Amino acid sequence: MIKNRPHKESPSQTCGPYVHIGLTPNLVGIEGVIDQDLGMSMLSDNTKGERIIVKGQVFAGDGTVIPDALLEVWQANVDGLYDGEDFKGWGRHPCNLETGVFEFETIKPGSVEGQAPHIAFWLVARGMSMGVSTRMYFPEEQSNADDPVLALLMDEPARLNTVIARKDGNTYHFNIVVQGENETVFFDI
Amino acid sequence: MSDAFYPRDLNWHPASYSPKYKSTALRSPRKPLLAFPNTLTEKSGPVFGHDLIKEGDNDLVHNYAKAGESAIGPRIMVHGQILDENAKPVPNALIEIWQANAGGRYRHKNDNYLGALDPNFAGCGRTISDAEGRYSFFTVKPAAYPWPNSENAWRPEHIHFSLFGSGFAQRLITQMYFEGDPLIPLCPIVQSLSDPKAVEQLVAKLDMPAAHTMDRLAYQFDIVLRGRNSTLFENKLEGN
Ligand SMILES: [Fe+3]
Repeated sequence: MIKNRPHKESPSQTCGPYVHIGLTPNLVGIEGVIDQDLGMSMLSDNTKGERIIVKGQVFAGDGTVIPDALLEVWQANVDGLYDGEDFKGWGRHPCNLETGVFEFETIKPGSVEGQAPHIAFWLVARGMSMGVSTRMYFPEEQSNADDPVLALLMDEPARLNTVIARKDGNTYHFNIVVQGENETVFFDI
Repeated sequence: MSDAFYPRDLNWHPASYSPKYKSTALRSPRKPLLAFPNTLTEKSGPVFGHDLIKEGDNDLVHNYAKAGESAIGPRIMVHGQILDENAKPVPNALIEIWQANAGGRYRHKNDNYLGALDPNFAGCGRTISDAEGRYSFFTVKPAAYPWPNSENAWRPEHIHFSLFGSGFAQRLITQMYFEGDPLIPLCPIVQSLSDPKAVEQLVAKLDMPAAHTMDRLAYQFDIVLRGRNSTLFENKLEGN
């Protein structure tokens, strides 16, 4: 049952071309306002779990990279818990403003309440009216077969593959296609 | 265990592809979004403590200025309350803002507009809402600026807002406009909203009682984040 809500959510507006001024000012040369850009490093010495690197690019509808894309990720710790001790689970990862590559170090999360291990992604860029949400799953995980979100895509293997990373040693490659033929599956969460 | 969020009213938000906002042409997902009931991943979110914020982080007039100096432009306070759809205050929300200076220029290497940079103004600030969801910033009123979207396109005066509530699914970026700005209805980005009431929700109101005499005007801007539906039965997602 959905009850009536007294307020509407404030509508989204694009982050525009200068989102980094607000979210990662040091990255664009604004120094001295905040000491350190938020969320750039996710690990501490005490973080438990297997260290991994996640790396990729974000693509527009004509196949060009979107270097101004800014991603945020949210993930469980190795025990499948959120915002636990020694691992916040949140990261903010702007793409490289020239190459468009994003790359971050984290740990492989545990499974969360019966779901296969996954990292939630949210991304914004100029030209995107609203932030979009997706997930990255791990290709080696047997439990993907029982994941309730992946189950929604079982009949569409090509779509399903857009949310599964490619593993190369301890590096997971995960490209996000914002628009087009191989468009990444985005979620209405 | 926290409750799930109400589903988002996607028609209230701007369409992914908004033809008048040209940059959406190649950056707009076209396939329908895939909905599923919130899991712990969507219901939970990072917690930012008040210790993150140092004094003056919400003072854009001074947070980049040399000692004894201040940013140039009309001095304003922007303040308001973060609420959810249930009209409940949202405490501990991280609010980050960025804006052009009083000449319409951003401190960014890609902005080559004629408007001059102000050596005392960076254009960014942040704060965390208090126990009643309230926040405030001290800044200068940004100017309108032209942009290459279409011939003679100008952005109305605006401040960009980024918000974190208590759940990752509440994550929101939006813009605040100023009451009475005639450029608002002409803006292709504003026009990406189909409901005039949605536009109205992004327009801050001049708040004379909150103005500081002989110092600064005040604008009130309340922001609504998604609410949690405590009447919704937990939808357990079943695997096949
Ligand atoms: Fe802007």
